Amino acid sequence: MTESPYAFEMRGIVKRFPGVLANDRVDFTCRVGEVHALLGENGAGKSTLMNVLAGLYRPEAGEIFVGDQRVSFRSPQDAIAHGIGMIHQHFMLVTSHSVAENMVLGLDRPRFFLDLPRVEEQVTALGAQYSLSVNPRARIWELSVGEQQRVEVLKMLFRGAKVLIMDEPTAVLTPQEVEALFHTLRDMTKRGHTIVFISHKLDEVLAIADRVTVLRRGKVTAAGVPAKGATKAQLAKLMVGRDILFLLEKKKAQPGEAVLTVERLCADNDRGLPALREVSLQVRAGEILGIAGVAGNGQRELAEVLTGLHRATRGSMMLGNVTLGSHANWLEIGQQLAHIPEDRAAVGSVPGLSVAENLILKRFNRPPFAVGWSINAAAVRQNALRLVEDYKIATPTVEMPVRMLSGGNLQKVILARETSEHPKLMVAVHPTRGLDVGAIEAIHRLLIEHRDRGAAILLISEELDELISLADRIAVIYEGRIVGEMPAEGADIHAIGLMMAGTKVEA
Amino acid sequence: MTASALFDLAITILFGALVSGTPLLFATVGEIFSERAGVMNLGIEGMMLVGAMSGFAVWFNTGSLVLGLIMGMALGGLFALLHAFITITLRADQVVSGLAVTFLGSGLSSILGQPYVGQRTPEPITLTLPILERAAVEQLVLVAVGLVFAPLAWYYVNRTRPGLNLRSVGEYPSAADSLGINVNRTRYLYVIFGGVMSGFGGAAMSLVTDPGWVDGKTSGLGWIAVGLVIFASWDPLRGMWVSYFFGLLRRLPLDLQNPALPLISTAHNPTLGRLMDMLPYLATILILIIGSREALRQRLGAPAALGTPYVRGERGV
Amino acid sequence: MNLPGTAYRLRIETRSDNPGWMGLVSSVLGVVLALIVGGFVLRAAGANDPIVTYREIFKEGFGTPADWQAGVSALLTSSDCPKGQLCFGPLSDTLVKASPILLTGLACIVAFRMKLWNIGADGQMFLGAWAATGVAVFLLPKTTDRAVMLGAMALAGILAGLAYGAIPGFLKARLNINEIITTLMLNYVAYKWVEFFVVVGPWSIGDFESTGRFPTPATWPRLTEYARQIPITAGLTAHPGILLGIGAAVLLAWILYRSRWGYEIRVIGNNPNAARYAGISLGRNILLVMALSGALAGLAGMNEVAALRELNGRLQRGYGFTGVIVAWLAKLNPLAAIFVAFLFGGLLVGTKLIQPQGIASMLQGVILFVVVGTELLFRYRVRLEKAEPVVAVAAETGDVP
Repeated sequence: MTESPYAFEMRGIVKRFPGVLANDRVDFTCRVGEVHALLGENGAGKSTLMNVLAGLYRPEAGEIFVGDQRVSFRSPQDAIAHGIGMIHQHFMLVTSHSVAENMVLGLDRPRFFLDLPRVEEQVTALGAQYSLSVNPRARIWELSVGEQQRVEVLKMLFRGAKVLIMDEPTAVLTPQEVEALFHTLRDMTKRGHTIVFISHKLDEVLAIADRVTVLRRGKVTAAGVPAKGATKAQLAKLMVGRDILFLLEKKKAQPGEAVLTVERLCADNDRGLPALREVSLQVRAGEILGIAGVAGNGQRELAEVLTGLHRATRGSMMLGNVTLGSHANWLEIGQQLAHIPEDRAAVGSVPGLSVAENLILKRFNRPPFAVGWSINAAAVRQNALRLVEDYKIATPTVEMPVRMLSGGNLQKVILARETSEHPKLMVAVHPTRGLDVGAIEAIHRLLIEHRDRGAAILLISEELDELISLADRIAVIYEGRIVGEMPAEGADIHAIGLMMAGTKVEA
Repeated sequence: MTASALFDLAITILFGALVSGTPLLFATVGEIFSERAGVMNLGIEGMMLVGAMSGFAVWFNTGSLVLGLIMGMALGGLFALLHAFITITLRADQVVSGLAVTFLGSGLSSILGQPYVGQRTPEPITLTLPILERAAVEQLVLVAVGLVFAPLAWYYVNRTRPGLNLRSVGEYPSAADSLGINVNRTRYLYVIFGGVMSGFGGAAMSLVTDPGWVDGKTSGLGWIAVGLVIFASWDPLRGMWVSYFFGLLRRLPLDLQNPALPLISTAHNPTLGRLMDMLPYLATILILIIGSREALRQRLGAPAALGTPYVRGERGV
Repeated sequence: MNLPGTAYRLRIETRSDNPGWMGLVSSVLGVVLALIVGGFVLRAAGANDPIVTYREIFKEGFGTPADWQAGVSALLTSSDCPKGQLCFGPLSDTLVKASPILLTGLACIVAFRMKLWNIGADGQMFLGAWAATGVAVFLLPKTTDRAVMLGAMALAGILAGLAYGAIPGFLKARLNINEIITTLMLNYVAYKWVEFFVVVGPWSIGDFESTGRFPTPATWPRLTEYARQIPITAGLTAHPGILLGIGAAVLLAWILYRSRWGYEIRVIGNNPNAARYAGISLGRNILLVMALSGALAGLAGMNEVAALRELNGRLQRGYGFTGVIVAWLAKLNPLAAIFVAFLFGGLLVGTKLIQPQGIASMLQGVILFVVVGTELLFRYRVRLEKAEPVVAVAAETGDVP
């Protein structure tokens, strides 16, 4: 059997989810021994495609060849049996177990009696071979994130993986760890391994990859382009494209005085790594500031710090002339600040309670709704009827439990609840995620209305089109820093794309 | 009371503790398996009751102790299967389902056990042993089985491959799933195993440790087991020790009834007797309180995925 | 999951709509299925034809339409109940049985609303009974006015239950200790506590395991005391305890649906994160709700001793657990609990004479199981569809093994 130069080939892969065509007849081919980067924005379909390759998803159509053989994977085990292993963004490691235990989980041998000392030896040997040293006795929770990643890599190598797929591997690493990782990857390719490197970061892609394939909205826009000759601008354009859906009619903004002033804000993420690095921005009354960026660059932390769900480590935030951040102030200015959260179900709503009752979540303790010990049901109902009409929430009655509403209407309820008091500042985080076109339009209109009424709106979104059409100014966030700010009108999409992918653009 | 009599009493109490604690041991270790896999089964009391009743009934009708024990195991397993179906496949709330198992078990055992209340009990074969004097062989064997079972269980959980799978399923089912382990099947297996053990424990009570059947025979032992699992930090060996300890707490009121005991005999001091009755239950609460502190310190905690039904993954895009 | 041997699959997906009537249907279905299963068990236990048995149970618990008719006409004509008829007898007994169950049911409802599994209503009831007894027999003079006496007993019962419920509440709020186990253990402690007082301890009269009969003011007035004025009430043991229960139900309904506190409770029980976002205090409410739950159960205890007219070692255990089922069947609605409790009261009365005993408990268990099961089945929709050659493994539909 002749050695195929291709590690694997994917041809015509189609993968659908309800409402979304994630992969649209995608071809993807990797040569043995190369580092091949898969580039694209969030939602482009990169992870989905690789999940198909790794045996987690089954495609609706298309074929996969490994070497010269046509294969069909029913499970990750099938893929691993053919030498393909994937390392996900969320590590599949049992934190309370040791490295050796994780290494050996799910394997056929040893059969019954765990010979952990022997496994530990094997792990050490393998680690030495690949210069990926890790203490096999250590519990996963004791290891740093970089070390945990090494364990994941070793885990795949232990199972004989020839092709390693790494999904956004640098998202959780420090710069030094990134260097170390790149070193390891190059070393591995010398040994004949093939690496697929999923990323949205242009700099890194160009630094490590041999070839690049770009995905955009489920389609391939560039296949196997050699990294050496490529420029960032080229790649950014392929990544971000140039179409804009529709421009909302909106009046020119009449910005007033500054409502939100953020100075050199710093914060850590859940893992303790810095997520916001000296972010400074300003939002004025009557304008929408859009924050563009690929998810995971600090947006969530920014929203959480602003709305009091997370603590900043340094820096200041001011709402008007009230300092945000301390709990006492939060109660006082809570009314003036609206938060439209990312995850509607988790934080946003109370599923078992009615629409009317959800609408007063922030105000139930105050008149006119609170009367002594009781709640003024008539006032609640009136309020609900008014809001349902104002915000055009589609629900047969206001007594309906909120969990029965569609996603778009649930979002409108949350919007109504948060904004009906005419807050001075609104922080909206991915407000239209997962909604259909009609709902999206409605939400957009609502945001513009509030802007026109003088609210300052901070809009965080992954959809560049949405930002261009809604925002008055756009700031780009990358790795916790604001790397660029410009008026939305006439903004250069490609420049924005470059900034989103990590390249500072000369003014 | 003479020194030798005191010594005899001590040995009797000790042995009594072992005997009394062994049914608890089986139920506790069984539930440890179930919870390590991520499923909480509050129906232990119900499963023990049906085990006790059915075991006694089978013995009564066939004369075979072994058959009775097997029957107890079978019924305990059956009830656990019901609970497993509702909580794993239908993903219903584990607390309510467990409660339902208990109600069902206690009601069923009460009804079907009617004809057996107060009936004659298995005649123990007694041996004369050096220290213990007269002891029932059955009880000795039972205690021995328990003493072997717990360490074996520990070894299984911590040092074998199936045990590794079990632990992974309860800690991080997604990881186990991604490596080819069938999470739900694993959970079914160990929930049923837990039920089998609880049923065995119950049957052991009505056939060996305290032969006979009355309505509500286990008097809350199953509930204590739930608490013990937590105190044992989900470790089978620790589960064994705490079970014996509780066996001791349950026996003490009985043993202290001997009027010849100086000072502390409950025959003279009924107040003390009643207070001692409360002891196992108060002790459970106390150890839970202590346990909550210890867990924080030692990172000993419940299996991370305990109580959460497993649904396969998120879609990455 | 694939149906083996066929080209079809079963797909289970979450239902997005959820009409209110489904709750009622699932409860009714639960009872019906339970009766069917119960029938089989009865057969196995060697009883007679289950239908006959069920009819007997109904008759004992509620009476027949003929009985009711006779009762109404006797009431209207101010005459005695005709011989051979039961008139309102069974209904009266049922009301008596229903009162403690209603109160423990309410106790469970308020706790479950906040996802606090109070399984200790029984123990809280016992403490309430103990406290009420103490007041009745040892604290207040025998000649106290009836209304005052009963009021004081009720207060004692409430306070004792409140304190006893607050203990596990505190442990949960502060130390996050599982309330299921603590409330359960406290049950047994409460049983022993009462046992201590009446069996061997200070309250037992002589060798009897009892406090002896309460002074008359410490007992419920019965309908039968009005037999002179209204002849039909002769022999009817119904007492105002049921009014306590109904009053508590109405109060609880108001608290849950109309008051600010009830709003907080419902938000916490539904989505603790949203509650935190709204500034609602979790710990404080855990404590308060457990206290309220205990108070209601404690009141049930008072109800019992005022009815039994003494406290002895035979105080019925298990009402707390029946309360769990009442709460579940009533779908955690206090007003619905009134009807469910009435139903269960009838069940308990009706099965008193039925052999084998324990049928009530078993039926309760089956009902709970079936209700839990059917509840879930209504939440999902099961679809039969053709198995496709290439099948998505992904999770939106929640693949079932």
